[in-house]
Amino acid sequence: MVAHLVRLKLILTANGLRRNAWVVVGFVVGSLYGLGVLVGCLAALGYVSTQAFELREMTGVLAGAGLVLLWWVVPLVAFGLDATMDPARFAPFPIPRPQLLVGLTLAGLLGVPGVLTLLGALGSTVLWWHEPRAIPAALLGALLAVLTCLLGSRALAGALARVVVRRRVREAGVALVLVPLVLAGPILTRLVPAGYSLKDADVTPLLRVVAWTPLGAAWSLAPDVAEGRWGQAAGRLLVALATVAAAALAWDRSLRRALVEPVRETTKRRDRGLGLFGRVPATPLGAVYARCLTYWVRDPRYALAVVLVPVLPIVFALADPGGRLVVVAAPLSGFLMGWAIAADVAYDGTAFWLHVASPLRGLADRWGRALAAASVTVVVVLTLSVVSAMLSHRLTLLPALVGCGLGMAGCALGVASVASALVVYPVRQPGDSPFSIRQGATLPAFLTQIGGWALVAAFSSPVTVLTSLAVAGHPAAGWAALVVGPVLGGGVLALGAWLGGRLLDRTGPDLLRRLLAMT
Amino acid sequence: MPDVAPALVLRGLWRRFGAKTAVAGIDLDVPAGSFYGLVGPNGAGKTTTLLMATGLLRPDAGQVWVGGVDLWADPVRGKALLGVLPDGVKLFDRLTGAQLVTYAGLLHGLDRPTATRRADDLLAAVDLVADRDTLVVDYSAGMAKKVSLACALVHAPRLLVLDEPFEAVDPISAANIRDILADYVRGGGTVIVSSHVMDLVQRMCDHVAVIAAGHVLAAGTLDEVRAGATLEDRFVELVGGRTGGEGLAWLRTSSA
Repeated sequence: MVAHLVRLKLILTANGLRRNAWVVVGFVVGSLYGLGVLVGCLAALGYVSTQAFELREMTGVLAGAGLVLLWWVVPLVAFGLDATMDPARFAPFPIPRPQLLVGLTLAGLLGVPGVLTLLGALGSTVLWWHEPRAIPAALLGALLAVLTCLLGSRALAGALARVVVRRRVREAGVALVLVPLVLAGPILTRLVPAGYSLKDADVTPLLRVVAWTPLGAAWSLAPDVAEGRWGQAAGRLLVALATVAAAALAWDRSLRRALVEPVRETTKRRDRGLGLFGRVPATPLGAVYARCLTYWVRDPRYALAVVLVPVLPIVFALADPGGRLVVVAAPLSGFLMGWAIAADVAYDGTAFWLHVASPLRGLADRWGRALAAASVTVVVVLTLSVVSAMLSHRLTLLPALVGCGLGMAGCALGVASVASALVVYPVRQPGDSPFSIRQGATLPAFLTQIGGWALVAAFSSPVTVLTSLAVAGHPAAGWAALVVGPVLGGGVLALGAWLGGRLLDRTGPDLLRRLLAMT
Repeated sequence: MPDVAPALVLRGLWRRFGAKTAVAGIDLDVPAGSFYGLVGPNGAGKTTTLLMATGLLRPDAGQVWVGGVDLWADPVRGKALLGVLPDGVKLFDRLTGAQLVTYAGLLHGLDRPTATRRADDLLAAVDLVADRDTLVVDYSAGMAKKVSLACALVHAPRLLVLDEPFEAVDPISAANIRDILADYVRGGGTVIVSSHVMDLVQRMCDHVAVIAAGHVLAAGTLDEVRAGATLEDRFVELVGGRTGGEGLAWLRTSSA
């Protein structure tokens, strides 16, 4: 049975690859990327292995603990990662639970992340080539750590399944994880003073704690044995074994529960009355506008952009305090949020049929979507202009920033209105994890982005040049940008909506066919 | 003078997907005021035919006339006459039921008082009043079918095209929907439904077409097609492929 489950995983992977060529490309690119990361890590480990014992111990334990933590945390928010072997799918089959457990664990290892983790963990033994007697301990520790990764992530996911399945909790969780991730880089560079190096760092207290936790215990076996700290080694082995056993037990329990009562979402969300549909002009254009604006608020894929974009100026301010970088925030967010509608039809998915089946002109479709995005974007651009002008202590830049932000937004909306009438590519479906990029998405999505961005840059060049002049110290150019930006943006938007609408009148059914083929 | 032009005419419809020909030259005349059943085995091309007949999938060849309008030449005028319930597609499920039906109405150019009044009437008719303010994403499969039907009816189309409208719908709701459809036909509307359930088609429809492997095997009034037999027997006779019950002797647990 274990062999069956492992074979099933391999067959599922192979069949996934057979579906189309781009999936293979995505898989190969993903594998190569992973391999690159692995080689980088091994090279780093090789370098560290020539260093002093303290540094090797610290690297082995802390990096290892970080790896385990990633395995535990990422699946909690990233549900699209590997649902092929979802235990709930085995509920109808009479498989003895211990075998199911072992089979699913091994199957979990047989993916790109699993294989890379195993190789990386085994590779970490290179740290101890000075102390041959530590090598068996290092190998044992590596295997225990990999088991801790696999079983621990399943156990945590299983235990939290009943909480995480509630959509709102999951969506909030995503924001809670993403926002700190975006901020982590700049904050670290601020916190760590210049000229600071690992040698001066006093992470020994942290190390001492982590080495006794389930995260780091397995990784501490080798350094303990190398130093002949036998008592500590025994204690940490106990912690590591107990962790694996506890995780296996916890997963077994949640598996038992999952097999008899599959998790279902029970809470229902409500919205009284017609919402925006009661307030917009009662035309097809107004209806599309109301629907899209409702989605900007209610669909996490749009809402996430609205949550993340205000973080931009904070990132720039932290990265370059008191500097000029922060002035990029308003134009950049105008561009990003305007460009968001390039994926609008793809985000609709097959629900787009309602537009195709209605006697709806492409022009009304385009304007409805663009105006909804514009309503959000204009507010964000104006706010960020004021905030970034204040953060950079240059209020004189305000007209230039407003003009540039609105100009960029208009150009991006215009080009995106044409792009989304021509190209749809697989995107996350609502409810998928935001970390999961649909395989096969790579090339058309990539080409659309590059081509679209180049066009937006070209169309918006007059206003970006004026704004650059204003930043360089010519206030008159700023006032010119305030006039040129909205006019230019409005012009490109009108042109894009007109062209996109004409195209959509013809391409609507073809887009729908491609969307249907993706499901 | 009643409207004598056929509600829907299909001429030489072809559609290929890669190497597979899903629909291979389908001709069909659906008289105005008829309740037309489309039956066929799995993979016969029913869904593909209905997608092409409603402007949702471009045919490789052939023509579609809706109430005398060439649908693929003048889609906006043709689609205004059509109400569609496709199978296997999603809905704008972050809207509430009431919002979704109103949205469909507004897309068809209704004014707001009309759209909201009709949305209320339709939600009452398909038993969704209690869930009118619930997001469609939280609807069950049957409820989603019912709200789709409301969307298809909101603009009072002349021709209603329903792909598997009774799938996952409970018997009481199904009976209510049948009443709505029968009423609609009595009022001069035309309905096309696809279904696997012969008994349902036999009771509900006055015309029927049998489709298999992308071809029309038989079409006409119910009595013409079934030629004295039950529709199910006639269907099996036309389509073939019954394997008989032998060969699974081991399934007789009593003999084990």
